[in-house]
Amino acid sequence: MSTLAAVAVDPPKIEYAELSPMLLVFGAAIAGVLVEAFTPRYLRKSIQVPITIVSLIGAFVLTVWLGLRGTRDAAAMGSVAVDGPALFIWGAILLLAVVSVLLINDDDQFVAQAAAVPGSADEDRAISEGGAHTEIYPLVLFAVGGMLLFPAANDLLIMFVALEVMSLPLYLLCGLARRRRLLSQEAAMKYFLLGAFSSAFFLYGTALLYGFAGSVDLAAIAKSLGSVAGQDSLLFMGAATLAVGVLFKIGAAPFQAWKPDVYQGAPTPITALMASGTLIAAFGALLRVFWVALGNLDTEWIPVLWAVAILTMVVGAVLAITQTDIKRMLAYSSIAHTGFLLTAVVATGNAGQNAGALSGILFYLLAYGFATVGAFAVVTMVRDAGGEAGHLSRWAGLGKRSPVLAGIFTLFLLAFAGIPLTSGFFGKYAVFSAAVAGGATALVIVGVVTSAMAAFFYVRVIVLMFFSDPAPEGPTIAMPSMGTAAVVTLSAAATVVLGVFPQPVLDLAHSAAQSLFVR
Amino acid sequence: MPWLSILMGVPVLGALAVAAVPKGNDRLAKQLTLAVSLVVLALTLAMAFQFDPAGPRDQFAEVYRWIPAFGVHYAVGVDGIALVLIALAVVLVPIVVLASWHDADRPDARRSVKTYFSLILVLEAMMIGVFAATDVFLFYVFFEAMLIPMYFMIGSYGGAQRSYAAVKFLLYSLFGGLLMLVAVIALYSMAGKNTFLFPELIGVIKDPTAQKWLFLGFFIAFAVKAPLWPFHTWLPDAAAQAPAGAAVLLVGVLDKVGTYGMLRFCLELFPDAAKFFTPLVITLSVIGIVYGAIVAIGQTDMKRLIAYTSISHFGFITMGVFAMTADAGAGATLYMVNHGFSTGALFLLAGFLIHRRGSHHISDYGGVQKVAPVLAGTFLVAGLSSLSLPGLSTFVSEFLVLIGTFERYAVPSIIALSGMVLAAVYILWMYQRMMTGPTAESVKALPDLNVREKIVIAPLVALLIGFGFFPKPLLDVINPAVKQTLTSVNVTPFAPAVPATAEKKGAGQ
Repeated sequence: MSTLAAVAVDPPKIEYAELSPMLLVFGAAIAGVLVEAFTPRYLRKSIQVPITIVSLIGAFVLTVWLGLRGTRDAAAMGSVAVDGPALFIWGAILLLAVVSVLLINDDDQFVAQAAAVPGSADEDRAISEGGAHTEIYPLVLFAVGGMLLFPAANDLLIMFVALEVMSLPLYLLCGLARRRRLLSQEAAMKYFLLGAFSSAFFLYGTALLYGFAGSVDLAAIAKSLGSVAGQDSLLFMGAATLAVGVLFKIGAAPFQAWKPDVYQGAPTPITALMASGTLIAAFGALLRVFWVALGNLDTEWIPVLWAVAILTMVVGAVLAITQTDIKRMLAYSSIAHTGFLLTAVVATGNAGQNAGALSGILFYLLAYGFATVGAFAVVTMVRDAGGEAGHLSRWAGLGKRSPVLAGIFTLFLLAFAGIPLTSGFFGKYAVFSAAVAGGATALVIVGVVTSAMAAFFYVRVIVLMFFSDPAPEGPTIAMPSMGTAAVVTLSAAATVVLGVFPQPVLDLAHSAAQSLFVR
Repeated sequence: MPWLSILMGVPVLGALAVAAVPKGNDRLAKQLTLAVSLVVLALTLAMAFQFDPAGPRDQFAEVYRWIPAFGVHYAVGVDGIALVLIALAVVLVPIVVLASWHDADRPDARRSVKTYFSLILVLEAMMIGVFAATDVFLFYVFFEAMLIPMYFMIGSYGGAQRSYAAVKFLLYSLFGGLLMLVAVIALYSMAGKNTFLFPELIGVIKDPTAQKWLFLGFFIAFAVKAPLWPFHTWLPDAAAQAPAGAAVLLVGVLDKVGTYGMLRFCLELFPDAAKFFTPLVITLSVIGIVYGAIVAIGQTDMKRLIAYTSISHFGFITMGVFAMTADAGAGATLYMVNHGFSTGALFLLAGFLIHRRGSHHISDYGGVQKVAPVLAGTFLVAGLSSLSLPGLSTFVSEFLVLIGTFERYAVPSIIALSGMVLAAVYILWMYQRMMTGPTAESVKALPDLNVREKIVIAPLVALLIGFGFFPKPLLDVINPAVKQTLTSVNVTPFAPAVPATAEKKGAGQ
C-alpha cells in the first residue's frame, strides 16, 4: 500500500499537435458516423462530402505546418514517429485521398443497398428509390486514418492496429460496387480472407519478435539485435512472418494474388484509393520494419528481398501481358511497379546512400500515385451498358471517339512505362540510380528488362486506342462530373509537371529523407 | 543569342499553333508547318554562318541547371559534327512536309491531318535537341522522347501493317534505350562528379572493366538505333510501313542518332573499351554491309529494299567511326549527312510512285521512264548516289571511309568494297525492272512529277550533285571536330595495340 502511494504515476505524454493530422481525420470519421446515425437520409450526403473533403484538406494543411515547423519526433511515448518520411508520406496520402474522394463522390459507382441480394427485387427497389450508402465517406476516412498511422507507427502493436484500421474499411468498400456485384463481393471476400491471413502472420511475427527482444518498440528491437544472443530462431521466424504481413500489403510476389482480383472487383474509385494510398502507406511501414527494426540484420534480409524484388518485377510484367481487362492489367502493372520500388529498398548503405534511396522511393510513390489515380479516373469514364467497359477490346478506337481522353490515358501509360518527360521516368530514374549506387546493379538490369516487357502491354493499349478501328457498338464516354474532370486534369498536370520540372518535389523528398527515420 | 534554344523553341511553338488550327482547315495547318520549318531552316543557316570551325569545341553553348538533385543540366552546344547533322535535319523537314502534303489526307488514316504535321514539328525540335545536347542525361531524354512522335507517325499514318511495325520499332528502341539508362546511371555514380555534363565526364572512367560494361550499355542502344547487324530487324518493317515522309526522317535522321552516339559517346567516354571492342564492331559492320546489300537484292518491296540498302550503308558508317582514323571519321560523318539526302530522295520518290500506282511491289511497275521521264530520271540520280557513283556526294564519303579504314584494317575494307559492287546490283536491277522495258499496262496513265514534287526533289538532287563535286564546305566543318574527337580518344595512356585477329575475324574465316 505504501509503495503504491510513494510512486507517482506519470501520465503518458501525448503530443497532440504532432498527431493532429491523424486526430483530425479520425475525428471527422467519428463525426461522419454520428451524421449517419442522427441526420435524415436526404441530408446525409450533403453533410458527409464537405466533412470528408474539408477534414482531409485540413489534415494536409496541418501536415504542411508540421513540416514547416521542422518536427522530427517520436510522439506519444515513442510509439508514433512523426519524422521527415512520415510527414512526406502523410502529405502524399492526404493529397491522393482528396483526389480519390472526388472520384468516390460520383454516385454511380456504389451500390444502392448493399444488403439487397444481387438481381433481387429488393435491389431493383433500392435503385428506383435512389438509395445510396453514405457510410462510404466515414469508412474512407477511417481507412485514410489507418493509412496515416501505418507508416508512422514506431512500434509493432501500433502498426498492427493501424493495419487493421486501414484494412477493415477497405474490405467493406471493395464489396460495394454498383455493377457486377457478385464480382465485387467475391473480391471483397478474397481480400478479407487473404488480408486476415496476412494480418495473422504479422501478429505472429510481432509476438515472436517480442519473445526475442522483450519489446515491440522498433528501436528496442533494433538495439536488441546486438545484445540478445542464442535466440536466433525466434528472431528469424519473427522477421520472416512479419515480412509476409507487410509484403502482402504492398502486393509483392509471391503474395500478389489478391491484387488483380481486388482491383478488378472493387468500385473503381476505391481501387484508385487503394492503388495509390495503401501502396504508399504500406511502403512506409515496410521501410520502417526493415530499415529501423531490422536495420542491422540487413545482411540476412537483403538476399530475400532481392529474390522478392526480381520475382515481383517478372511476375507483374509477364502476367500483365496476358490480361484482357484494363483494371487487371493496371493491377499487374502495380505489382511490377512494386518490384521497381523494392530495388531501392535493398539499396542500403551509409546514411547518405539510405537517404538517397529513401528520397527516390518517396518521389516514385508520389509520381506513381498521381498517375494511378488519373488512370483509374479515366477508366470510370469509359462505359457501356453494363457499367465500365473493362474488357480491353472495348477500348479499340477510343482515340477516334474521344481523342482528348485517350490522349490523357496515353500520357498515364507512358508515365507507367517510364518514358522521359513524364513523372514515371524520373521516379524510375530515382530508384534505379539509388539501387546502382547501393550496389544492386544486377537488380536494376532485371528492372530495365522487365520495364521493356512492361512497355509492351502499355503500348498495346495505345495501339488499341489509336491504331485500331472502333468497335461498332463501342463504349460511350460518360460526360465527366466536375469531380472526375478535376481528378483527371490534376493527375495529368502532376504527371507532366513532375516529368518536366521535378526539382521542387525532389527537393522536398530529399529534405524529408535527409534525417531518415526517427529511432 | 541562345541560338539552339530558339531552334528548338520555334518548332515546338509551331507545333502548338498547328495543333490549335481549327478542324477542317487542313490547308492552313500544312502551310503553317511549312512556314515554321522554313523559318527554322533560315535560322539554322544564319547560325551555321557564324560557326567558326577553328573555334572552341562547343559553340553557341548554353548551360542551365535543370534538376540539380540529379546533377542534370540543360546544356546544349554544337561542334562541327553536331552542326552538320542538325543542318541535315532542318533541311529535310521542309522537304518532307512538302512531300507529305497529301499523305495524311487518305480516308483510312486514323487521326487528323494537323496532328501529323504538328508531330513532324515536335520531332524536329527533338532532333535538334538530341544532336545539340552536351549533357548525357539530356541526350538520353531526347533519345527516348523522340520515339513517341515517330511511333504515332508510323502507327497512325502508315501502311497496312502499321501497328505491328510501330510497336516493333518502339519496343526495340526502348529496350536499347533502357540498357543505356543503366549505363547512364552507372556512369554518373562511378564518375562521382555529380554532373552529367559531357565535357566533364571525358576520361573520368579509368577502370577497364567498368569501361567495357558501360561501353556495351551505350553501344547496344546505338546499335539498335543505327541499326547495326544483328539488331536491324525492326528497320525494314518500320521504314516500309511508315509514310514516305516519316520514313525519310526515320532513316535519314533518327537512325543517325545511333551512329552519332557511337562517335560522340562510345568513343570519347570509353576510349579503351572502344579500342577493345573495335574488332567486334568492325566485324559486325562488315557483315552488315554485305548482308544488307545481299538481302536488298532479294527484296520485292521497294521501301524494304531501300531500308536494307540503308543497313548496308550504316555498316560503312560504323566501320568508319570505329576505324578511328581522321579520314574514316570524317568520311563517316559526311556519310551520315549524304546518306540522309540520298536515301531521303529515294524514299520520297518511292513514295510518289506508290501514291500514284498504289503498290509497293517492284513487279507492279515497268517502263515508267517512258511515261514519267522526270520521275525516272531523278530516281536514277538518287539511286546512283546510293551506289556511290563518283560525282555524287555519297561517293566522297564512302571513299573516305574506305581509305581511312584501309590504313588500319585492310582486309575488312576490302571485303566492304564488295558492298559497293552489290549496291550497283540492287539499285540498277531495281531501276531496270521498274523504269525500263515495255511499259506495264497498269502504269500507262502514270502522271509525271507535278510542280510540288519537283520542288521537293530539286534541292535534294542539287545537294547530291553539289556536294559530290565540292564537299569542302562540309569537310571544313567536320574535320576539326573529328580530329578533336580522335585526340580525346587517343589521349589516354593505355592504347593497346589492336589485336591482329581482328582481320582474320573480319575476313569471315
